[in-house]
Amino acid sequence: MKLTIGGVSQPGTSRENRTGSWRVNSRPSHLHKTCTACDLCALSCPEGCIYGKGRNTYYSDLTYCKGCGNCADVCPVDDIVMVPEEKSLPQEWMVFSDNQEYKSMATS
Amino acid sequence: MKEIRVHARAGQGAITTAMLLATAAFEEGKYALAFPNFGAERLGAPMNAFIRMDSQPIRKRSQVRNPDYVIVQDPTLVKDFDVTEGVPDNGIVIINTPTVTSQIKPRTQKIVTVPASLIAEDVMGRADRANTALLGAFAAATGEIKMESLIAAIRQRFPGPMGEKNVIALQRAYEFIKNDGEKDAK
Amino acid sequence: MTKKLLEGSQGIAEAVALCRPQVIAAYPITPQTHIPQELADMVANGKLKAEWVNVESEHSAASVVLGASATGVRVFTASSSQGILLMNEVLFNIAGMRLPVVLVCVNRAISAPLNIWNDQQDSISQRDTGVIQLYAEDNQEAADLVYQAYRIAEDHRVQLPVMVCLDGYVLSHAWETVDIPSQAQVDSFLPPFKPLYKLDPENPLSFGMYMEPDKYLETRYMIQHTMEQSIGIIQDVAHDFEKIFGRPATAIIEEYQTHDATTILVGMGSMVSLFKEEVDQLRSQGQKVGVLKLVCYRPFPKEELYQSLKRAKHVVVIEKATSLGFGGPVASELRSVFYGCPHQPAISGFIAGLGGRDITAETVKTALNKAHRHPVDTEYLDLRTDLELEGISNPAGQHKK
Repeated sequence: MKLTIGGVSQPGTSRENRTGSWRVNSRPSHLHKTCTACDLCALSCPEGCIYGKGRNTYYSDLTYCKGCGNCADVCPVDDIVMVPEEKSLPQEWMVFSDNQEYKSMATS
Repeated sequence: MKEIRVHARAGQGAITTAMLLATAAFEEGKYALAFPNFGAERLGAPMNAFIRMDSQPIRKRSQVRNPDYVIVQDPTLVKDFDVTEGVPDNGIVIINTPTVTSQIKPRTQKIVTVPASLIAEDVMGRADRANTALLGAFAAATGEIKMESLIAAIRQRFPGPMGEKNVIALQRAYEFIKNDGEKDAK
Repeated sequence: MTKKLLEGSQGIAEAVALCRPQVIAAYPITPQTHIPQELADMVANGKLKAEWVNVESEHSAASVVLGASATGVRVFTASSSQGILLMNEVLFNIAGMRLPVVLVCVNRAISAPLNIWNDQQDSISQRDTGVIQLYAEDNQEAADLVYQAYRIAEDHRVQLPVMVCLDGYVLSHAWETVDIPSQAQVDSFLPPFKPLYKLDPENPLSFGMYMEPDKYLETRYMIQHTMEQSIGIIQDVAHDFEKIFGRPATAIIEEYQTHDATTILVGMGSMVSLFKEEVDQLRSQGQKVGVLKLVCYRPFPKEELYQSLKRAKHVVVIEKATSLGFGGPVASELRSVFYGCPHQPAISGFIAGLGGRDITAETVKTALNKAHRHPVDTEYLDLRTDLELEGISNPAGQHKK
């Protein structure tokens, strides 16, 4: 690894920093029931990791989502709720590999 | 001297864990040193807390490299960090997870699991305040600290109803480990 | 006298409160924040009767305590890293105006690059200001140095600001046993502040005057002279401390197993604890090693250091700071002490622990081995071999004399 003079860095380090692993308690669940595509959730996300185009298409990229809850707070039609984060040990640690809990990490 | 390393994320109260353990050791007339090592200054960032307990004054202030015991407050950390690093064969690693110990692949070191977050949620309505439950599990699994000392430490630092709830969580986790853990798994 | 298990910052805050400051102004910066936080709590709940002044920067914090001190009241401020640097010009002003301001520096690395972890570059960078600097090895000493700092600063033969330094995180955020004295004990050690001069409408005076070339040189000489004299006063204050509080106080230097040592490690702050551990181990293996803990860095105790180190064959300095473009400040200042003197130990200088890099037993062993092979001018310890350093083909850290 190269240490540049002055520690000058290339842009795009945000992409490499998978802040989703930092979620402590909860993650957003987009219900896709009443969404009006107002875009407020995407605008208010501090990570910029909410994407969508058109009603009921919005989702949070859990690779980066830190679970701050801004999106749920700001949604004018309560189409986003915060649900408890599943906290599990990685598969390599388990005697029986169980994919269920890891599937729950995907977007709703 | 006993050395303990705590793995947690900022915001999960690992410093309180270390502070309570140090306070309890102090109550028992021991010398104690507890200190954190942070990553980025934000909630959720992985960090460590360290504790040293001894009958003599402690002069070692560098990070604990060979902990006798490890406490893991967040199981998701296990994916990115080797929580058993530096732990001797007879060391004990205590992990906060609802997964029962029998579901975990055996390792050289002893792995003990406790559903500390579930206990904390049940007793206090705060799943993220699992630290006192973890200390109860620590006391039961290692025998290194007396429950009375931990209870005194909690009451000293958190007087009032919240402190008492933490004492209950502490005791529940202690009982959980003492009763072999498996049967009470939710 | 009560033994408590405290965070280092709490110990400092309790010590400051016991000294009865009347004006506190501080701006938060990691890892100092817990100190003003505790003090603000105490002021808010009436435990400490002081005026808390909210400020928008460390430059203002230092300016507020300068102004308040000039009116004849006891003051306090604290900072770290960039905050200390931001105070720089005000520190020169405080010392130049001969005001007994006491401040705490929670040692932290300096940007750029941005680093919040411990080293001593911040306080060391202020060594020319005329501020007395005292370095604590552990949290008991840090708290104890606060009481002594006020005594030293306010002594009419000194009248200079004093900075108590403790390592960020390693000490400030470490919980350990600290003995906190009673208010009565502190009052018997530290009487109320009696300023030599003060700003008072009843008896108007001017501070910080414009001074032409015909007098400025002399004012600098006066501070230098005072700082040299203050070494004796600092020692007297420490003796007094021991009498009243019943525990040892290291005023200027501490000699640990140096009496017959052929090799002596020199350090400041918390790293000295590690040095003592290593020395104990090496002594048990028959090696004649010792530690010289430097507590008072400014004024630089030339005579005390010379007497303590002169009979050693090797002096090994490890420091958590650097004067970029030159080398280690402590090592180079120490070498100047021996210039032209009959005793000439080989003095090796090492720079380690910058930006919070852990100083370990291996670091110390490496330093000793290198110094024993041949004297080292300046070398960086623990440089990573797995990093490519742009523009440098052979990083060695070694500069040959």
